[in-house]
Amino acid sequence: MTGTSELRLDGNAIGGLLLELFGAELTAAPCICAGCGAREEMARLDVYVGAGIVVRCRHCESVMLRVVKGRGHTWLDLSGAASLELG
Amino acid sequence: MRTLELEVPNWAGHRAGQHLDVRLTAEDGYQAERSYSIASAPGEGVAITVERLDDGEVSPYLVDEAREGDRVEVRGPIGGYFVWDGDDPQPVLLVGGGSGVVPLAAMARQRARVGSTAPMKLLVSSRTIEDLIYRDELDALAGNGFEVVHTLTRSQPPGWTGYSRRIDPGLLADVAWPAPESPRVYVCGSTRFVDAAADGLLQLGYDARWIRTERFGATG
Repeated sequence: MTGTSELRLDGNAIGGLLLELFGAELTAAPCICAGCGAREEMARLDVYVGAGIVVRCRHCESVMLRVVKGRGHTWLDLSGAASLELG
Repeated sequence: MRTLELEVPNWAGHRAGQHLDVRLTAEDGYQAERSYSIASAPGEGVAITVERLDDGEVSPYLVDEAREGDRVEVRGPIGGYFVWDGDDPQPVLLVGGGSGVVPLAAMARQRARVGSTAPMKLLVSSRTIEDLIYRDELDALAGNGFEVVHTLTRSQPPGWTGYSRRIDPGLLADVAWPAPESPRVYVCGSTRFVDAAADGLLQLGYDARWIRTERFGATG
């Protein structure tokens, strides 16, 4: 696991970042974990904030989404999410 | 602690419980960005209440230095999950730790603004009486189905009649709506606070789906 419990937030914390990346409000967007198949709104997922952003499933703790920003670029890894409902 | 009113061009309007991001850019290009809950009810303009954190990168500026007319970069409104619009008649339980009361106060204001009859209880946990925010305003909203309950966890003034301990299952059992009423629940505060409150509510028989949480980190 990454970091201490104080660094663990939830999907509300990245609502602005997701708005910037996807152009839509996504904190209420249903996401399906590729690891265990659980379906939860983005706001109900565990978010770890460090050098980058790591979003984990609240059920199986698999990494569902990763965002790293730096040097004018943004890297988005969605390989752990089976789906993300954009509305 | 300071409440700032922001004039945001083309503001699309917001919902009670939403937040916005403030980004500051230094002369050398360094940027710092933080999220702040919107304190005002929908239709009231945009206000944020900022708690000053000594080692913060954004809050010291907003609390100590920002002057009327200063310009900051704002992104928002943000959030479609931790929101309460006032059109749901189910009982509402709001649980806030420290400045986590900010989005919950917006919900209480929204209740009054739209004339909602949904029974609403607000449980606020603060360290000391000096840390209590919106006390007078929330007291003024009380009645007519809205109730405010305070707990002071670190010290209490003489004659204090509220609770004097951290939120625990026993305190929640005293205050929270009985589980059969299927209340809507909003919990906002630090991760530790939110986890403790949510666990306590689950012990009372609350369904995890009723409990909406918003955790914030002390990065200021």
